[in-house]
Amino acid sequence: MLLTGAEIVIRCLQEEKVEFVFGYPGGAVLFIYDAMFKQDQLKHILVRHEQAAVHAADAYSRSSQKVGVCMVTSGPGVTNAVTGIATANMDSIPMVIISGQVPTAYIGQDAFQECDTVGITRPCVKHNFLVKDVKDIAVTIKKAFYLAKSGRPGPVLVDIPKDITNHKCEFDYPKSVTMRSYNPVIKGHAGQIKKALQLLLSAKRPIIYAGGGVILSDAANKLIKFAKALGFPVTNTLMGLGGYPATDKQFVGMLGMHGTYEANMAMQNCDVLLAIGARFDDRVIGNTAHFNEVQRKIIHVDIDPSSISKRVKVDIPIVGNVPDVLEDLHKLLDATGEKSDAKALALWWQQIATWRARDCLKYKQNSKVIMPQYVIEKLYEVTGGEAIVTSDVGQHQMWAAQYYKFDKPRRWINSGGLGTMGFGLPAAMGARFANPKATVACVTGEASIQMNIQELSTCKQYRLPIKIINLNNRYLGMVRQWQEMFHGNRYAESYVDALPDFVKLAESYGHVGMYIDKPADVEGALREAFTTHKNELVFMDFITDQTANVFPMIAAGKGLSEMILAEDL
Amino acid sequence: MRHIISILMENEAGALSRVSGLFSARAYNIESLTVAPTEDTSLSRMTIVSVGSDDVIEQITKQLNKLIEVVKVVDLSEAPHLERELMLVKVRATGKDREEMKRIADIFRGRIIDVTESTYVIELTGNNAKLDAFLEAIGKALILETVRTGVCGIGRGDRILKV
Repeated sequence: MLLTGAEIVIRCLQEEKVEFVFGYPGGAVLFIYDAMFKQDQLKHILVRHEQAAVHAADAYSRSSQKVGVCMVTSGPGVTNAVTGIATANMDSIPMVIISGQVPTAYIGQDAFQECDTVGITRPCVKHNFLVKDVKDIAVTIKKAFYLAKSGRPGPVLVDIPKDITNHKCEFDYPKSVTMRSYNPVIKGHAGQIKKALQLLLSAKRPIIYAGGGVILSDAANKLIKFAKALGFPVTNTLMGLGGYPATDKQFVGMLGMHGTYEANMAMQNCDVLLAIGARFDDRVIGNTAHFNEVQRKIIHVDIDPSSISKRVKVDIPIVGNVPDVLEDLHKLLDATGEKSDAKALALWWQQIATWRARDCLKYKQNSKVIMPQYVIEKLYEVTGGEAIVTSDVGQHQMWAAQYYKFDKPRRWINSGGLGTMGFGLPAAMGARFANPKATVACVTGEASIQMNIQELSTCKQYRLPIKIINLNNRYLGMVRQWQEMFHGNRYAESYVDALPDFVKLAESYGHVGMYIDKPADVEGALREAFTTHKNELVFMDFITDQTANVFPMIAAGKGLSEMILAEDL
Repeated sequence: MRHIISILMENEAGALSRVSGLFSARAYNIESLTVAPTEDTSLSRMTIVSVGSDDVIEQITKQLNKLIEVVKVVDLSEAPHLERELMLVKVRATGKDREEMKRIADIFRGRIIDVTESTYVIELTGNNAKLDAFLEAIGKALILETVRTGVCGIGRGDRILKV
């Protein structure tokens, strides 16, 4: 039977067992939307802005391991989606974006709603395709899903001109695809693994530094087992939180610019560093020259060879899929029957205990003004640490990362690489679609939330009971913090004036709004939101301390051990 | 250091822009870039000359390998290899210069492939240094126009870049 290109697109998505397509219709995708209308296996989620469609699909993936799918029209549909695509690309999130394009004959004619989609998105996707023949749609979509989820995951865009979606051909969905130019390495090199284990066993001051790769590859359990077997301290990156349980005694906290004192000191002073699914990002290592002043041996496990020795030279690179390599390492450890150096480790843990004793996350409580850290601590208590927490970008993001203890993977969802404000609310929507029973909280600020506030409408349409924790300090907090610390208190354009009444705003969208400005009311408000209003979206506008800063902090360009602590000020 | 990187990639629309986009996005240097289909028309062979430290060149080859359409990448300069570049030079050839031009072209094993009353077009192949030396020998005053293809390279002996 002959199917139209549009019908083929839908059939392909069904074959891939896609549950939800996040999107927004428009001229170039009308045939596809028409084909979608005629079936009910696939559910379309209508957002209010294409950027939100991509963030929602992205968080759907982050919180479920499935591939996120979104659909946008040509021209502005695509350009609106670009921020979302770049966000997913920086954090290696498997996604397929289907975009409409003007009819083939109009391409290059500056047609209405035309843009060079493949050109514009090329630097921020894992790969992209322009389909020029209806016969190529099925194999292209198959390739798109395969590329998105294999190797180092990432977003893949398929651009389809309108006329192609109306041409007809036989539908035959390939069972599998192989590409001679694309063969990601899964198993780590046995010789390297052997060398790595010997080095780990000889370590006196080791640390395991685990990143988002552990979450993306579902390797958390293997990491826990291996870390326990060795008895080594573990630190997570911002993207890796939940990859190792935050409440475990071997966990020394997040590292990096706003990492804990103990994590950064241990990272700087270790003699053997096992990096797993992490990329020595500038926000993690700070100044590489300073980092390299200390002699240490580095083992780096990553599926992407180009992540290895990019910023920091490593001694033992292991290219491979994180869980496979961890399993091989553990098997080898069991086979050798050797143990890590218990005596040296005991001394190392003593040293770490003295760093821990600095209690770097303590902050001054205040009985009159709500401290933002306090809100996160209470959020953690009230949700029992069981919520999926999404965040926007800025101070609130760092406080959420520091004070909400994530014990399981895929519960902490934030834009780590690109740092995209406006991510939090649509991400909460995507997380809720992937986990229809989960408690979903969006930690945000009064500036970030306004970047995609229109999605309150989507939340109403689909009855998404998201809890928005708005840490409202009437400032672009992180910008203000940098201006205070590095720009002589000149708060250029960082004051957020003319704020809306968020309670009324939430109510006008048909949600519950709460205004909380007293520390004594914080816990009660949270309990009410998460119990009484369990099935409703609650917008909690917490009026917080305007001067609170995020500590510890490593200034840009400084080294890991050059932290500024709250107590120093 | 100067490196000659040879790439075998799928001969598809946009493949060249993926490579050139990678170089500009990551601030890598391109001295020259040549590309054409191979005897198997589904594949293109690209030669890029780049200058960078060993670390940078290592990243370049890794990033190139990461491109989905790239099948193979080798750094030709790591081992014995041959490199050639083709140049066409239009020179003023009048009076006594006419004989002199012919003589220099012969010395460099160039060929005169177009003649008018006042100009020659000289075709010359060789490595970078030879072409530079030729231009030097003619002297700027007599050069009307030059066009160079950029370097293409191949490994010596058993070094073969093939799928």
